[in-house]
Amino acid sequence: MSDSNNTDIKMADAPEGYIGAGFFATSFEKVIGLARANSLWPLPFATSCCGIEFMATMGSHYDISRFGSERPSFSPRQADILLVMGTIAKKMGPVVKQVYEQMSEPRWVVAVGACASSGGIFDTYSVLQGIDRVVPVDVYVPGCPPRPEQILDGLMRVQDLAKNESLRRRNSPEYQALLESYNIK
Amino acid sequence: MELTNENVLGKIIEQFGEENITDAVNPDGIMTFQTNRQTIHELIKYLRDDEKLQISFLTTMCGIHYPEQKDRELCMMYQLHSLRHNYRLRIKVYFPISDPVMPTLTDLYATANWMEREAYDFYGIVFAGHPNLIRILNVEDMEYHPMLRQYPLEDQTREDKVNTFFGR
Repeated sequence: MSDSNNTDIKMADAPEGYIGAGFFATSFEKVIGLARANSLWPLPFATSCCGIEFMATMGSHYDISRFGSERPSFSPRQADILLVMGTIAKKMGPVVKQVYEQMSEPRWVVAVGACASSGGIFDTYSVLQGIDRVVPVDVYVPGCPPRPEQILDGLMRVQDLAKNESLRRRNSPEYQALLESYNIK
Repeated sequence: MELTNENVLGKIIEQFGEENITDAVNPDGIMTFQTNRQTIHELIKYLRDDEKLQISFLTTMCGIHYPEQKDRELCMMYQLHSLRHNYRLRIKVYFPISDPVMPTLTDLYATANWMEREAYDFYGIVFAGHPNLIRILNVEDMEYHPMLRQYPLEDQTREDKVNTFFGR
């Protein structure tokens, strides 16, 4: 017997809305959120071992494509989610910031692994002690390096954010103030 | 001629005089001796061009900082290799940190260009005659030379690390 007819398949619920004969009405925000969450295109910024772990995540076994991240965007142009994986030296900091600035809204940032989150074991004058010093971070993935499952979990946390945030959140004064605090126009 | 520590040292002392070649020891089988700033350039040129020695490969050079040694705080260490005889030697030059000027070797070895830039970057050693003495590894706007031991190795902007857990 193949697994295709087992009953463990979880169906995703439709968003809140009115169901009638032949129509379904819901808010625009929820539809857009659904679309964004299930088509997150990652921009991998991989500098070290965590990057190798992400390559495994992209491979067929862990298959990040299941989450709509079929095409890792190696350009900021259509990317939604910046995945910073690996040690970021202070010399590399401005580059990370520039890549983030070149991405268009809506954009999310995941710091994958100990180095990107906090500098990790490299408590050194030359290493940036966490990328949240140069760009705002939405999700931190712990681990050194994290397993592919953890990276997928981080991606799913970003999906939750994308599903549930309002379309206007990025115009809010709080968000503007956050970007202002990083000197990002 | 088979190169041994004794006959190589003998040749070098014969060439440059005992007052310029001092403290020869063999800490790990590789002969190490000290010389001074006036001799080092001529010495390395001699080792390269001498037909018997042919010690013509500059393996590495780097700075060392000994803050406790008065007037000998900085040191340049040169490792040379004779590919012809498979013979290695190590040369050290000590000089005060108040006057961190060394002669450049860029006219002898092209590889000295980047190595001297590295020594300048990390130790502030100035190489007189270097064609392009700018930082090579650290950020350009860094205002200090991080490998000098008056600076802590750790990033000083962290507030969440307890020193006791980090062996400090």
